[in-house]
Amino acid sequence: MKNYGGVLLALVGLVILFSFLSPNFLNANNILTVFSQVSIIAILAFGMTFVLMIGEIDLSVGSILALCGLVLGVMLYSGFNEWIAIAATLLTGALAGLFNGIVSARFSIPTFIVTVATMGIFRGIGYAVTDAKPIQIDNPVILFIGNQKLFGVLPVPVLIVFFLLILFHVILAKTTFGRRAKMMGGNRLAAEYAGVNTKTMKMKIFVVSGIAAAISGILMASRLYSAQPNAAGGYELDAIAAAVLGGTSLTGGYGTVLGTFIGALIMGVINNGMNLIGMPYFYQQIVKGLIIIIAVYIDVRNKQRMLGK
Amino acid sequence: MKGIHKEFPGVVALDGVDLKLEEGKVLALLGENGAGKSTLMKILSGSYQPDGGDIYLYGKKVEIKNVNHARSLGISIIYQELSLSPNMTVAENIFAMREPARFGLINDKELNRQAKTLLDELEIDISPSKPVNELSISNQQLVEIAKALSMQPKIIIMDEPTSALSSKETELLFKIIRKLKHKGNSVIYISHRMEEIFEISDSISVLRDGKYIGTVETANTDPDELIVMMVGREMNQFYPQKEFTFVKDEKLLEVKNYTKKGYYHDVNLFVRPGEILGLYGLMGSGRTEIARGIFGMLKKDSGQMFIRGREVHVDSSISAIKHKIAFVTEDRKHEGLVLTASVYENVTFANLHKVLNAIKLISHKKEADITKEHVDHLRIKTPNIYQMVNNLSGGNQQKIVLSKWFEIEPEILILDEPTRGIDIGAKYEIYKLMIDLAKKGVGIILISSELPEVLNMSDRLLIVKDRRIVTELDPKRTTPEEIMMHITGRRGES
Repeated sequence: MKNYGGVLLALVGLVILFSFLSPNFLNANNILTVFSQVSIIAILAFGMTFVLMIGEIDLSVGSILALCGLVLGVMLYSGFNEWIAIAATLLTGALAGLFNGIVSARFSIPTFIVTVATMGIFRGIGYAVTDAKPIQIDNPVILFIGNQKLFGVLPVPVLIVFFLLILFHVILAKTTFGRRAKMMGGNRLAAEYAGVNTKTMKMKIFVVSGIAAAISGILMASRLYSAQPNAAGGYELDAIAAAVLGGTSLTGGYGTVLGTFIGALIMGVINNGMNLIGMPYFYQQIVKGLIIIIAVYIDVRNKQRMLGK
Repeated sequence: MKGIHKEFPGVVALDGVDLKLEEGKVLALLGENGAGKSTLMKILSGSYQPDGGDIYLYGKKVEIKNVNHARSLGISIIYQELSLSPNMTVAENIFAMREPARFGLINDKELNRQAKTLLDELEIDISPSKPVNELSISNQQLVEIAKALSMQPKIIIMDEPTSALSSKETELLFKIIRKLKHKGNSVIYISHRMEEIFEISDSISVLRDGKYIGTVETANTDPDELIVMMVGREMNQFYPQKEFTFVKDEKLLEVKNYTKKGYYHDVNLFVRPGEILGLYGLMGSGRTEIARGIFGMLKKDSGQMFIRGREVHVDSSISAIKHKIAFVTEDRKHEGLVLTASVYENVTFANLHKVLNAIKLISHKKEADITKEHVDHLRIKTPNIYQMVNNLSGGNQQKIVLSKWFEIEPEILILDEPTRGIDIGAKYEIYKLMIDLAKKGVGIILISSELPEVLNMSDRLLIVKDRRIVTELDPKRTTPEEIMMHITGRRGES
């Protein structure tokens, strides 16, 4: 746990701060609300953790999220069974990620550039297909995913997040895929010599990120009762901030899914707390921007400390 | 420097070290990797602050605050790793931050003129207007030296200055050092190469494990005494004896007409089980490219490869590993290790399948057990297996690279400069490991630019020149002169 000391302390500190500032902050209901609100960013950030881990970046996740929501909406509207629609949505996310990965790996274009481009492309496809109009969602199964509580207490999104937390954690920490991703982020050339196909790895990593965005897309569509073509604008930055706050290195080679989750919770607590104390939206933006700077500063400092400077 | 003390998290790097440098003298600093030489020099040149001890300059106590402060005190350091900006010209690099300028604009003409004067004075034949990335590594090293000297320092620290230099350039460097001495400047010279130390230094200070062992006059000592001081025990031989040439008379690995245009041409070689095949050539001769070719990292255009007589196709590191070919690369920091990862993660990296449990997940227990085995067997000095490899010394890092490749249970092991930059004790251990592996039937290809190493360790020796194998020699019979003749191309016949 000592790896998480800093972020956990920050989280606890924020919780204490807001519980003094707002009497409503520390009740069970609000805490579950925070978890639910955090779920979408957290899942995006899980995928982002893999991407950052290999020293890449994925700025298109917000657009993939929106596109996937629309695919879900269109499928349901066209009368497909909800499970087929979910499968198609996940596939869309995977293909979008694969596209990012292939373009970058095959043509040796930095992922920063590729995903800035596809951020526009995926968003544009969504607008084009739906004529920029939202699609209403009334499928009971889909609505259940985002809005219901199991046994009347546990919100389903929270359960999904915890399930994915464990799943992604195991993939990153316990599979050859996860280990190779970490090592590749630490030193790509050494990974190649050790028998890692770094191009294939990059594609797979972006598929993971795409699928994570698709799951977030389903959750969001459910919570909003609709698929919005302009959904999740700027979420990519929140996801990156959550991962970096949680100790994932921006330059690759280090990070944990659990840390990312704590990072996402910090973002969620700050959002929720600022709302509860009635801070105007614009000021919230400023605070969030400052947090990103702090997170990156922590990353830089950690790196220097690790390398003994 | 008196009683210098420095600690890093978990390690005492320097423990009460004294150092005395006289005016107009060359002091060699000797010690195994991790003995604290570099740390001591970084303190003297202002990069690190000591946790204890004092520094006196001309009898006056000084506190060196940072690198610039050290420079203004007349202390200049030439690092082992190059610190030049690759896209800038030689002159721009030499006078970086001190360019002659008018109204804030750099006067290029004046800059080049000053650089030319300096280079001429040092007898370095490099054009000042050439971008540094167009120079060879050895010329870059010379520029680095010129840069340090351009600051007119009184004390010059040279950390392994010759590791990238040829013998001719080393001679030039020595000439420069002698000139500096003559002018009353003092030099601290760090090197692993005994011959150099005996040639250039006036006295020698030895460090071991962060402690000051002693100082001797160069004229009154010999290598054996120094080695005892460095390692703390007697070393009878530099090279262990290999009592067989191969364990089975068959061609374990054979490549025929291997060619990749511009990298290696028409390479034919074979290695038997238990045999050590030496590959000797100068830097840039193509020896490393041949190794990369065999390992599939620099894919051939044409040619064939056979393992035990059966043709195989190795077109990537993945297929090389599948055919049990291991490649300990020359540059362990960039190609061999993930410096930010732990010891155990590096050890198990090339064969993760070995540490999977029944449900195909990484078993940490297996990883830890395997790693501890290597740590014990190879005597890797690390506080624990979770240590980041960046914090370990060169010799220990190299042992980790070796452990990683041992994990694939190689049948063919390519070693590219396996002992570069490691201390004598670790070198000997690595030689012994090579022989142990050979005994088990591993075929070893040893690439090295240290002539004594290839002559003593290999059973057959191939000479590489101009990206080709030019001849095969018997290392037991040949002489350094004969080899130099082949690599310089001054052959009477053909």
